[in-house]
Amino acid sequence: MDSVQNNSMKWRYFKQTLFFSVVRLSVLIIALALGGILFYIIVNGIGAISWDFITKPPTDSMTKGGIMPAILGTIYLTVGAVAVGLPLGIASAIYLTEYAKQGRVIRLIKVGINCLAGVPSVVFGLFGLGFFVMFMKFGSSILSGSLTLGFLILPTIIGAAEEALKAVPQTFREASLSLGVSKWQTTYRIVLPNALPGILTGSILGIGRAAGETAPIMFTAAAYFTAKLPGSIFDEVMALPYHIYVLATAGTNIEATRPIQFGTVLVLVGVVLGIDLVAIVVRSYMRKNTRW
Amino acid sequence: MEENIIIKLSNVNFYYGQSRALTDISMNFCKNKVTALIGPSGCGKSTLLRLLNRMNDLIDDTRVEGEILFEDKNIYASDVDPVEIRRKIGMVFQKPNPFPKTIYNNIAYGPKLTSTNHHDLDALVEQSLKQAVLWDEVKDLLSKSAMNLSGGQQQRLCIARALAMKPDILLMDEPTSALDPISTAKIEELIEELKKSYTIIIVTHNMQQAARISDETAFFYIGNLVEYNKTEKIFTKPDVKHTEDYITGRFG
Repeated sequence: MDSVQNNSMKWRYFKQTLFFSVVRLSVLIIALALGGILFYIIVNGIGAISWDFITKPPTDSMTKGGIMPAILGTIYLTVGAVAVGLPLGIASAIYLTEYAKQGRVIRLIKVGINCLAGVPSVVFGLFGLGFFVMFMKFGSSILSGSLTLGFLILPTIIGAAEEALKAVPQTFREASLSLGVSKWQTTYRIVLPNALPGILTGSILGIGRAAGETAPIMFTAAAYFTAKLPGSIFDEVMALPYHIYVLATAGTNIEATRPIQFGTVLVLVGVVLGIDLVAIVVRSYMRKNTRW
Repeated sequence: MEENIIIKLSNVNFYYGQSRALTDISMNFCKNKVTALIGPSGCGKSTLLRLLNRMNDLIDDTRVEGEILFEDKNIYASDVDPVEIRRKIGMVFQKPNPFPKTIYNNIAYGPKLTSTNHHDLDALVEQSLKQAVLWDEVKDLLSKSAMNLSGGQQQRLCIARALAMKPDILLMDEPTSALDPISTAKIEELIEELKKSYTIIIVTHNMQQAARISDETAFFYIGNLVEYNKTEKIFTKPDVKHTEDYITGRFG
């Protein structure tokens, strides 16, 4: 009797150890893969990084010089995409979760938004080309690119905002409404401030995507080469992802620009990290005021 | 008697979708009295309470029949704004639910957003906290988060928050069920004090509590009002056998 129980305990203990090992192993594999990629980029790219590289425009048919216009272009496009996607996304999510009567139509819209999140980015690029660049006559410009990228990250932001709004306890809404505060005031003063940190978390994913996408901007905003910096939102810009694509596939001398390619990749990773850090700092500042 | 009636229900039915939660309820609530609603879980007492300030509006697919008169006006009439009703009929919930704001801003939140007269907010905050017998404990912590208070303090803060709107009626939905006995005793003392200036309608699962603090008691069972009487009568010799069985613990 005792030994039977003992055996079954051992078996259960063994299963637990096995399970934990599998879980640990998968984390290790992910960490190694990510670390490996980062390490590879840093080792190959660090040599190209210099003050001139990040502050000067390219020279000698983009085989020498820096990538400053592309850095600036990517920052413009990313900030523009967030400026388009964040307000629109938050507003849509507020309508979908707080106001709309839940039913078949709303479910259909939500499914549609989820589908949109899975649409290849080149489709967004072609839509941007057809609608913003040609139909609205914005041309290939920061404006067209920002709008296209903004639409691209919209499903991500709506999804994140919906989840964050739903996570705000219903009791907060009830408490506010029971005081005779209107629904809009409740949403604006109680629900939204408490959801914002969560919304930002989701938006960080969107920011990374906006900064890194090539296909949506190649028809709508990115220039193959322009040494001059944009004067307005109607100007074309260089952008890091497109610059990498150009150097690696269609450059004048692909092999010779290898170090520059890696350097550009490293800078892109750095820019994305930088923008994310800003969002993270803003989020932690907001969280301080909204613990429950 | 008649002029003391503040809320008058006539033939009220309430439905969640197809299922009826309240059946043909007619009853009056008296001004400056504490009325307790008792009954087993699911008997409809909380539903009734939430009907009185239109909080059930928040739940999709619900339907009200009959009339609920407050100050001689049906609060379910189509021209009545539920926001206005809730300003006059405050509510305290089962679980303390302060906002994740400072103590001061918890109290000031409602008045700030609903009145045009902002200049005496400090005085209003102090007055409300004193009414809820919380002032002495928190007067030096007004700019600290309300989330740091104990459960009992949070519940008194929620009462103060409701009082700051200067309501006519205070609805309380099992306000002490999440609290320890000492906090419960404090809230009960507070209710005793508040009934001088407010009408209080309280849902409670605690029979002793109903007996201790209320003037009138209504006993509900599966959506029906079984008996509505003076508390003393209900707890000594109720008219209905069913009520007696429930109160003496023979069922429910």
